[in-house]
Amino acid sequence: MTRDGGPRLPDGLVIVVKRECETCRMVVPVLERIRATSGITIYTQDDPLFPDGLPSLHDGDLAVSWHHEIETVPTLMKVQSGVEIARTVGWVRDEWEALTGIDSLGPELPAFRPGCGSMSVDPDLEHQLSARFGNSVLGSRRVEIASGEDEFEAMFDRGWTDGLPVVPPTEERVLRMLGGTTRSPDEVVAIVPPDLVDVTVEKVAINAVMAGCKPEYLPWVIAAVEAVCNDVFNIHGVLATTMPVGPVIVANGPGTRAIGMNSGMNAFGQGNRANLTIGRAVQLVVRNIGGGRPGEVDRATHGNPGKISFCFAEDEVGSPWTSLAVSRGVAPGVDAITVFPGEGPRCVVDQLARDPESLCNTFAACLRTLHNPKSVLAFDAILVVGPEHARVFAEAGWDRDRVLAELHARLQIPGSELVRGANGIAEGVPAHLKDATLPKFRPNGILLVHAGGGAGLFSAIIGGWANGNMGSEPVTKEVGR
Amino acid sequence: MNTKLLDPTNESRVATMEMVGRPESLKGLTVGLLDIAKARGDVFLDRLEERLSEMGADVRRYKKPTFTKPAPVDLRHEITTQCQVVIEALAD
Repeated sequence: MTRDGGPRLPDGLVIVVKRECETCRMVVPVLERIRATSGITIYTQDDPLFPDGLPSLHDGDLAVSWHHEIETVPTLMKVQSGVEIARTVGWVRDEWEALTGIDSLGPELPAFRPGCGSMSVDPDLEHQLSARFGNSVLGSRRVEIASGEDEFEAMFDRGWTDGLPVVPPTEERVLRMLGGTTRSPDEVVAIVPPDLVDVTVEKVAINAVMAGCKPEYLPWVIAAVEAVCNDVFNIHGVLATTMPVGPVIVANGPGTRAIGMNSGMNAFGQGNRANLTIGRAVQLVVRNIGGGRPGEVDRATHGNPGKISFCFAEDEVGSPWTSLAVSRGVAPGVDAITVFPGEGPRCVVDQLARDPESLCNTFAACLRTLHNPKSVLAFDAILVVGPEHARVFAEAGWDRDRVLAELHARLQIPGSELVRGANGIAEGVPAHLKDATLPKFRPNGILLVHAGGGAGLFSAIIGGWANGNMGSEPVTKEVGR
Repeated sequence: MNTKLLDPTNESRVATMEMVGRPESLKGLTVGLLDIAKARGDVFLDRLEERLSEMGADVRRYKKPTFTKPAPVDLRHEITTQCQVVIEALAD
């Protein structure tokens, strides 16, 4: 019942109370009687003048309450030689009488009344107290910011940020963040390229704090870090490439709604904390743990703004199709993320198509131009179909497989259009392929997702990077707790 | 009280390594040419091999499986044990 290093309790009877608690106020006459009979030390958590007319000690910093693990007020204890030998919580007449050895306590009171929560277990204070009094479970180095130093500038100066300000990762904030997962702070989540360094749950949590995450986002960040840090996704290559790609995170499952992710209006844009900070936290881990920084291993010619964060949820509730995660083998109803090496989104406009064939023609024509109209098989794409476009398919009864099959059928391209020099464009495939028919995408190279606002006959294409074993494969991972 | 922050980095100290001195001449040295597997890198390296051989170097050719990933450990080991000098080609 006692944590190390705290203030020692005086011998005899000791009670912890607060004025805000109705049960504490109710037992004041009982405390007067105990004090007169055998003496009692009273600690009060909130108002130092409580109980009125009785001497009390103010546990203003809650050191007594925290160290002696007071969860309820009133808590009545018996202490001998500095050691607690008995405790009762709330008001239970029998127990108070047994503990104090005084009969007929509070005859005018009910026999039993539960207490209230101790201030030392208030969720808003708990992590602050752990950080102040506890033997920290956190192993990270402490960086002391001098009183004259601006902590935000100090974090910029140390190279910890992505160019935007970050939230200072104090121990209190990191402990609160760790409350978002059941995993131990020292558990290794992944080995982060390019420096190939172990990243622990604690280090992910620190970067999640900096990114602005809430604790409930942490499992999503951890899943995304696991998903990108492996040879299949190849974050090293995604980072090092001169192409403008970064990890695009598509989130699925009921948890996306529980944590308030945006799958609707402006899903790729500003304004939603979960979308923006989950993606940002992953990139901060790559930067701060992996050592992946622009101008160093990151050699992007242009990059794209999504390399700060590009994360959104699929609109599953309004979708005519099974979700992306389910199509990639995750059970329905299970939270998951899919990471894709993607550039920024481009808009597909078709405001006249009312039949699925016509709409597929537009999609195929736009997808054909990905990276270069003459490039084939090298790159994947996410096709994010907006709700007004999806309705066209829903009304025609086209499921996910049908849409993808129709798109692939429209993206079989004669080699004569693709060979080097064709259409006055030097780029292209070798001349010997002129009589072949080549698909723009490999069979699983289009990832279909449903997201966006309810108004607008638009969809979006997110172009990928070198695909397959020679580059990067999209990775889908379930979100644990 | 000064603010204390938890270090978000990997806290590793970067080991500094001394650059190997530049050889006076390549004559008699084994020079490794690492093709990173980008298009037309071989064109560049073929020409380099010609020139280096003329200078009396013993040229050996190596190739990464893909330009998108770091060279495998075994390949790096092979190059370091067999060569005194290495040239890595970036091309497009």
